[in-house]
Amino acid sequence: MSQLTPLIDHFNYFTTIFLMVAGLYIVIARGNMIKKLVGLGLFQTSVYLLYLTPGKIVEGTAPIIDPRFQVYSNPLPHVLILTAIVVGVATLALGLALVVRISEEYGTIEEDEIFARGEDE
Amino acid sequence: MIRLSEHLPIIQVLVPLFGAILTAFARRGTTAWAIAATASVLAPFVSAAMLWTVFETGRPISYVMGSWAAPWGIEYRVDLLNGFVLLLVSVIGVATISYARKSVAAEIDAHKQAWFYTMYLLCLTGLLGIAVTGDAFNAFVFLEVSSLATYVLIGLGRHRRALLAAYQYLIMGTIGATFYIIGVGLLYVVTGTLNFADLADRLGPAMDTQARPILAALAFMTVGICLKLALFPLHAWLPNAYAYAPSFATAFLAGTATKVAVYLLMRIFFSVFAIAIPASALPVTEVIVILSVAAMFIASFSAIFEENAKRMLAYSSVAQIGYITLGIGLANQLGLSASLIHVFNHALMKTALFFALGAIVYRTGLVNISQLSGIGRRMPLTIAAFVVAGLGIIGVPGTAGFISKWYLAMAAIDKGWWWMVFLIVASSLLAVVYVGKFIEVAYFREPGPDVAEAHEPPISMLLPLLALAFATVYFGIDTRLTTSVAEAAASALLGGAR
Repeated sequence: MSQLTPLIDHFNYFTTIFLMVAGLYIVIARGNMIKKLVGLGLFQTSVYLLYLTPGKIVEGTAPIIDPRFQVYSNPLPHVLILTAIVVGVATLALGLALVVRISEEYGTIEEDEIFARGEDE
Repeated sequence: MIRLSEHLPIIQVLVPLFGAILTAFARRGTTAWAIAATASVLAPFVSAAMLWTVFETGRPISYVMGSWAAPWGIEYRVDLLNGFVLLLVSVIGVATISYARKSVAAEIDAHKQAWFYTMYLLCLTGLLGIAVTGDAFNAFVFLEVSSLATYVLIGLGRHRRALLAAYQYLIMGTIGATFYIIGVGLLYVVTGTLNFADLADRLGPAMDTQARPILAALAFMTVGICLKLALFPLHAWLPNAYAYAPSFATAFLAGTATKVAVYLLMRIFFSVFAIAIPASALPVTEVIVILSVAAMFIASFSAIFEENAKRMLAYSSVAQIGYITLGIGLANQLGLSASLIHVFNHALMKTALFFALGAIVYRTGLVNISQLSGIGRRMPLTIAAFVVAGLGIIGVPGTAGFISKWYLAMAAIDKGWWWMVFLIVASSLLAVVYVGKFIEVAYFREPGPDVAEAHEPPISMLLPLLALAFATVYFGIDTRLTTSVAEAAASALLGGAR
């Protein structure tokens, strides 16, 4: 069991790295524009986890000052990530809107099909 | 009674932001343009006042958001470096907005014009915000504000390829911004702070015990910002984005967006990392020098073989960014000065070039060089301005481009890299080829049927173009403003390095 302890201790970080790499791989490897955006979303979401994980302090409570508690969790990462989530939502929405317009203009959302037409102006 | 002068840093950002809200409610393009013009014209006064204050007092302006003191609250901090960048961005904003009215009216559908100006103002807000803030996460938020607005500006281009260009830029830009924010996250975990100055103080002690996450953060942030500033080979999004965006958007972005990213790179390198960690810890500057030289040559060759004039200038931009990052990579006093001077000069020259192309598109609808034969006889002033700015890009003595390349060459010699001077001159010769190709077609061929009807653009487009062309020559002769501010800012950046 002792070999597994670092894995369990850092479970969140391993998940983060897995999601990060998986998301980036999808963006690079897939030609379908919606799937690319899914990968991009995954990639961005992994960063939320990267921020939130160290914000949790063992035994810490919600950061509201009260004489009964001594240890509080760090609220700042949550606030930052709330902002990052809004940014992520806006990016995804804009990306999807662009894909809708591309689909209207080209009739496809596969990158290789669009580039195969090789239009130059 | 609130004293306005104390609140200049936030006013700088709020004016275009509120302008954007107002334009969003405007129905007609002209109303939206008037609002955008008002907001844009106010901006340089604010930034000039701040730069002047910093220059006179010798101390940076620190603005505390909502009375929360610096490491906890968000601090807006204006020193010589970002005061200079703010002034540059807002001046380019004024030039482009006066140019915008006719150009946008011709290229954007009437019902989309108000939204177009909203996006322009949001982009301006974001760019000014990145430059003014002293907080790493706040910079990310502004980066995304400007980026999202930029994607829309590009996507509104006439050709359907504009949509693809915007989509590709969205993917690349988001990856870049996310890389940046991963770096910021790692730094936050190590130090518990997001303020640039505070980070610089705390990274040094943390370096002894937690070197690995700090170096990883440096790598992530460098790659992320280099994606945004289109350092070769991360420039793949730029040529299409510039080629298919509306003329106004291309001119504005070429003069501002990459320049602000360069500023952010300088801030991260020299105000944060250079203070805290030894330069030998990670060979970032060496990698940047190699990539910059590659950009100077490969992008210039791409420009030579490019038929589309807008895309030719876009590749030229990638090459010119190579000169700017080369100065950062040299990392000495003269190199940083050269970078800053070239940020300023290149913004003037490239905006002028894209103005001229926009004017040609306005009159003829053409962007392919071969179709523009004899255009110089039909639009003499426009093409003359193009030639002046083009000579600046080459670096001919008497133009602003010469000053930046002179400083860059001096920086290379100062470093003992005399061979670098040859590379700088050789790559400038490539610029002679692609600028010369355009001039040959424009002046030395008989006007073709495509340009028979062409004549000078309206005065509202011609004036900003001529003003920037004049500035190209002016800053090539009277270099007091650019060199004194750039040298002082470079000293301040390097002064922090221990």
